Amino acid sequence: MENTNKRYWRGLEELRNDEKFVKDAGSEFAGAPTENQYESLVDGAGTHRRDFLKVLGFGMAAVSLAACETPVKKAIPYVNKPEGEFPTISNWYASTYAEGGDYNSILVKTREGRPVKIESNSLSKVSFGVSSRAHASLLGLYDNEKLKGPKKGDDTKVSWEAVDKEIQDQLTQIAAKGGAIRILSSTILSPSTKAVIADFTTKYPTTTHVVYDANSSYAIVKGNELSFGKAVIPSYDFSKAKVVVSIDADFLGTWLAPDTFSSQFAETRRVSSEKGGKKEMSRLYQFESILSLTGSNADYRTAVKPSQLGLVAAALYNKVAAKLGGAPVSVASVNVPNLDKAAADLIAAKGQALVVSGINDPSVQVVVNALNSLLGSYGSSINLDKPVNYRQGNDVAMNQLVDEVKGGKVSALILWGANPVYDHPRGAELAAALPQVSLSVSFNDRPDETSSLLKYILPASHYLESWGDAEPIAGSYSLTQPAISLIFSTRQGQSSLLKWAGLASDYHEYVKAYWRKNIFPQSGTGDFEQFWVKSLHDGVFEVAAAASTGSGAAFAGNLSAAAAGIAKKYKASSTGIELAIFENVGVGNGAAANNPWLQELPDPVTKACWDNHAGLSQKTAAELGLAQGDVVKVDFKGKSVELPVIIQPGLANGTVAITIGYGREKAGKSANGVGKNIYPFATFTEGFLSFTPGEVTVAKTGETREIAQTQTHNTVMNRKSVLQETVLAHFQKDPMAGRFVPKIQTAEGEVDATDLSLWNGHKYKNHSWGMVIDLNTCFGCGSCVVSCQNENNIPVVGRQEVINSREMHWLRIDRYYSSDADVEDLRGLEIASENPEVTFQPMLCQHCNNAPCETVCPVLATTHSSEGLNQMTYNRCVGTRYCANNCPYKVRRFNWFKYFDNDNFDYNFNNDLGKMVINPDVTVRSRGVIEKCSMCVQRIQEAKLTARKERRRIVDGEVNVACASSCPTNAITFGDMNDPESRISKILEVEREGRAFHMLEEINVRPQISYLTKIRNKDAAAKPSSEKEHA
Amino acid sequence: MNIPFRKDAKFCSFFSYSKTFLAIFIALLLSVPTLVSAQDSTAAAAGAAAPAGGGDAAKGETLFKNNCAQCHAVTDERVVGPGLKGASGRHDFAWLSKWVRNSQAVIASGDPYAVKIYNEYSKAQMTSFPNLSDDDIKGIFAYVDQAATAAPAAAAPAGGATAAAGGDAKGGAPSDLFVIVLVALVVVMVLVLGVLLVIVSLLSKAVKGETAEASESDFMTRFGNTLKKISVDPAIRSATLWIFVLLVLKATLDGAYSVGVQQGYAPKQPISFSHKLHAGEYKIDCNYCHTGVNRGKSAHIPSANICMNCHGVIKKESPEIQKIYTSIENNQPIEWVRVHNLPDLAYFNHAQHVNVGGVECQNCHGEVEKMEVIQQRSSLTMGWCIDCHRKTEVNTKDNQYYDKLVQLHASESNEALKVADIGGLECSKCHY
Repeated sequence: MENTNKRYWRGLEELRNDEKFVKDAGSEFAGAPTENQYESLVDGAGTHRRDFLKVLGFGMAAVSLAACETPVKKAIPYVNKPEGEFPTISNWYASTYAEGGDYNSILVKTREGRPVKIESNSLSKVSFGVSSRAHASLLGLYDNEKLKGPKKGDDTKVSWEAVDKEIQDQLTQIAAKGGAIRILSSTILSPSTKAVIADFTTKYPTTTHVVYDANSSYAIVKGNELSFGKAVIPSYDFSKAKVVVSIDADFLGTWLAPDTFSSQFAETRRVSSEKGGKKEMSRLYQFESILSLTGSNADYRTAVKPSQLGLVAAALYNKVAAKLGGAPVSVASVNVPNLDKAAADLIAAKGQALVVSGINDPSVQVVVNALNSLLGSYGSSINLDKPVNYRQGNDVAMNQLVDEVKGGKVSALILWGANPVYDHPRGAELAAALPQVSLSVSFNDRPDETSSLLKYILPASHYLESWGDAEPIAGSYSLTQPAISLIFSTRQGQSSLLKWAGLASDYHEYVKAYWRKNIFPQSGTGDFEQFWVKSLHDGVFEVAAAASTGSGAAFAGNLSAAAAGIAKKYKASSTGIELAIFENVGVGNGAAANNPWLQELPDPVTKACWDNHAGLSQKTAAELGLAQGDVVKVDFKGKSVELPVIIQPGLANGTVAITIGYGREKAGKSANGVGKNIYPFATFTEGFLSFTPGEVTVAKTGETREIAQTQTHNTVMNRKSVLQETVLAHFQKDPMAGRFVPKIQTAEGEVDATDLSLWNGHKYKNHSWGMVIDLNTCFGCGSCVVSCQNENNIPVVGRQEVINSREMHWLRIDRYYSSDADVEDLRGLEIASENPEVTFQPMLCQHCNNAPCETVCPVLATTHSSEGLNQMTYNRCVGTRYCANNCPYKVRRFNWFKYFDNDNFDYNFNNDLGKMVINPDVTVRSRGVIEKCSMCVQRIQEAKLTARKERRRIVDGEVNVACASSCPTNAITFGDMNDPESRISKILEVEREGRAFHMLEEINVRPQISYLTKIRNKDAAAKPSSEKEHA
Repeated sequence: MNIPFRKDAKFCSFFSYSKTFLAIFIALLLSVPTLVSAQDSTAAAAGAAAPAGGGDAAKGETLFKNNCAQCHAVTDERVVGPGLKGASGRHDFAWLSKWVRNSQAVIASGDPYAVKIYNEYSKAQMTSFPNLSDDDIKGIFAYVDQAATAAPAAAAPAGGATAAAGGDAKGGAPSDLFVIVLVALVVVMVLVLGVLLVIVSLLSKAVKGETAEASESDFMTRFGNTLKKISVDPAIRSATLWIFVLLVLKATLDGAYSVGVQQGYAPKQPISFSHKLHAGEYKIDCNYCHTGVNRGKSAHIPSANICMNCHGVIKKESPEIQKIYTSIENNQPIEWVRVHNLPDLAYFNHAQHVNVGGVECQNCHGEVEKMEVIQQRSSLTMGWCIDCHRKTEVNTKDNQYYDKLVQLHASESNEALKVADIGGLECSKCHY
């Protein structure tokens, strides 16, 4: 490749030049189904002349019928208009998304009393941006498969009064007999909810609250208890670390609080081309089995089999301890690449280093703690005095509960926001034992795998209908307030517990009283009502007390015991195929799986959706004689699962990687039967949940299943200068390092390609909207994709249509693999593909000034605005698709179907409740028109109107596009390039002669969107890591 | 009716070409049928008006309006009493004056018509007017006859000017003259056309050197042949066909363009609310009820509690107002019929136009303050929007948002800054 001497590829299909890939790459609308499976008259393929006449005739008849009578429309005003509520004007409420430990401080946009969008709350110092799951939780509110009222047994409907009486009577009886009452929940962030449970326990003293997490971090708690006597998860500050080593912790994707960590980490990755600007970056080493999002963003990444991960931690400790004077531990030595280098860098960065591990094994955590202690991380990048509450699950207590239930020792079980039959490895045992429990109550919102086995389901309200609070980190509080009145006859779990405890059941008043008593005193002085109103308005409250850095922590763990633990569990070499279970970024642990937005969000790395797969490295797959799409049977100790193979470069050889969160059976239409449930394969080692159970057998079944994978859709036709990247050392010498400036030979000599143009260009007198995307801080999480889908009413198309390359996302994140091997060195390329470098590039309409789409539209449906926008007018479009054919970026999407009111697409657009999520300011597109990124023109127009109404200019930051406002790392900057004071102008002023480049600059379409080069903190003379991955 | 006579007289001298001329003239006559019928009605009206002649219609009008109009119409329409059209023709003046001065006496006298009309109108007694003089009564009937003929004519303006001739001789004269002049002009045109054709025919014969006999005997044949030639000429045939097709197409397109255009739509509303009363007579500001008009996209149909601000005390007993009370008591919103409907694909914002643009409500909604039932006055088509955006100047006064734009525009152009100049015609201003 001209600019970087790299060859990029999106998938092995591209690297190998598979026939299908080559064919699809050349055609804009690849993968049209050969059979006319929807039996539609105008499905594209297979339309006959007679069909045309039929459609024509029908169309004329329809038009004449439509012309006969205009339907009478009603205008229905309020009977009593609520104060502060104006139809067509949005109201915003600060609230909190806290589900199973996932946390986001959010703003909820409501229209006519219904929430339509979730945005980040910039006042929060804990959460940044909005995660894809928090965005999608909005759709959960409008899920019409939720229960519409309390339910007894399997299908008797009951009233709340009757249920309360029955349950209260039974609880009293059980308590009188001393029977065990258990409340089982996932992580609860709310301090007042814990107070409710405490009150309940006072009334019924035999109550115990058991907490477990589907993807557990209990070993970190245990490790800290063993090391420092504090059973907590400390807060990590990645912004203070110059060198980060992560051992199987996907802290940018799924580990603890990925949004917060991404934001902190991004600060250390942001560089500036300005003279004297920041030109230092942190360095990230990743040792892992799967190719995670964090691994994809690592400077040095090493693929390690799961059975060796613990040894890597110990080996790293030994190498650092040898220099910094710690006691070595004796474990089998393991030889993996980059280990020495990581150790050397850590030592050099002592005091500004951080080692994290996501392995749920206290021995490994103790060694990691010892390592951090040696490196002086406590007090700088780790704070034990400010623990985080994101994961509170206790694996041991949960196992004990399962045993109790099995032993018939539990008289009452209250299930709250947990689904152990599905997401606990011992779910099947529990399912068999649950009917024995005499009183079993679920607060889950639907009869899911566990709830359907219980005696009562008393659906709790969605968090957007509820009151509540949260304490994600000690001293940081936030409030949840309802943004809509109750849709169904639901009741918050807290109210139920309070009622049964014989207390006032108004949880709103309870939260307020709790804050008055416990949180208000921490605010200093003032009036409580004022404090309460301000906290509700802000959504967050931070205790201003001088934050302790936790530097006093002295490591007091037993290293040799930990070493023994590691030595027992891990081995330096293994020949079998090991299972690595992991969580993906979208669907997560599967609790919110019945959400079409999440199901359709491609996994950032595999780019596959609507399924989980058996991931194998290319080498392992070749050894087993498997190809992508072959269905394999994975056997582990009598359990087996059949999944299609996905070939994942970067995956450790001899490892099969499978995601949790799929294979739901009773979640709803969107989730049921999608993928397979892998939770039963997880095991417990010494009571701790382990997602690396050990060796499995992988056998071909002979069947195949196509994978809905978007990675090779919408290729850029083999054009070259898509990505531009360099390494830090080169950038420090020359800000333009890695930039490709296309030149053209003319009669007057060589000129920049962009100096020549056929067009006169556009004059932007008023605004010139543009965007800068920093490839260095975009980690590829995909929250912008869901945000865009929500804001712009983008339909969900489903698995088959994704396979047909017809996904509708206006914004996609392209994931490129690359290696340093020379383009001509085919052998080098082949080896490098085992552990390729990964680059993420958000791709959306570039709003070209010389837009190729505009010139080919025969009906002027796509035109240029006087503010730099490439406009798409749906009502004008006749569906020739010329524009999509002519778009060099492949960002235009065609509505092959009427995705709303069409039973073939039974997602949120096809029921009245699901339609409540539709943004009323954006047209829902019909069949036969092209659509694409509008740069959120509805938001621009709204902001302009607000400014005009107030007789002033727009202030920078007043209007932000949905993708940029959702980004936890601020990788996307949107603004008016005509305003010299705007952030975008300031960035471009510095970067125009530095990192800023236009994608495909050589075709001179002059986009309004610029990218900033990706810079890796690798050594300048970096050679491909072509060494063997492991011994 | 002397026209046919004159026509024949003139034609005698051109008899040899008469057939041609006859054809052309018939065509011309067919094209002016309205003129002919107007002539006829003029004559009829003049005849009917004669008996009442002599009264002062102007004085009669005042008297009629003051004394008679409560119960009688000038037409034959029944009000309280019978319509008076033709009354002066049915009875002589003596009978009429007796009746007007004391109708009961006439009835008592056993006059059969008087008894019949008395019974027909449920024995309602007509007020007696003993003070009216003979002239007064003549004047009244003169006015009635004049007005009776004018009333139907008003509906057909083409004949109206002449139809009014009856009672007032001055009114009829210029109209007759106009028609005569018009007909004369047509005749002259026809003559000129004839002469021209003769000249052309003679000249062409001279050029071709044909004999006079041949040409004279064959004129109709040749004319027929020419017509035949014309009818088989493919160019003319296809031209005719095309004209027909295009006309049909235009009619179809015009029809199609009017699909969904509801200009003039004034549906019956659940409550017969009168804008004329509220906005017109009581001059309540539009903003008082339509609270959103300066804030956002929708102007807002007022909620029932806004009505209650006044109707909590005013006119509570009215059945229409009671509907609002019922709505509030049952917590059931009033379902108004939406009059102004834009399709979903078009985004319109009231605040932009009213608050920022300073556009009066009436610009788009018409004179709402005069509407008893609210009606869609503008077409609300895209052409209508665009037209206004082209013509309307931007309201830049005291609005910093536009300062830079005004400056830039002033440096480039002398014209006023129109909405179109700041992107008001761009697609995504209204479609997204």
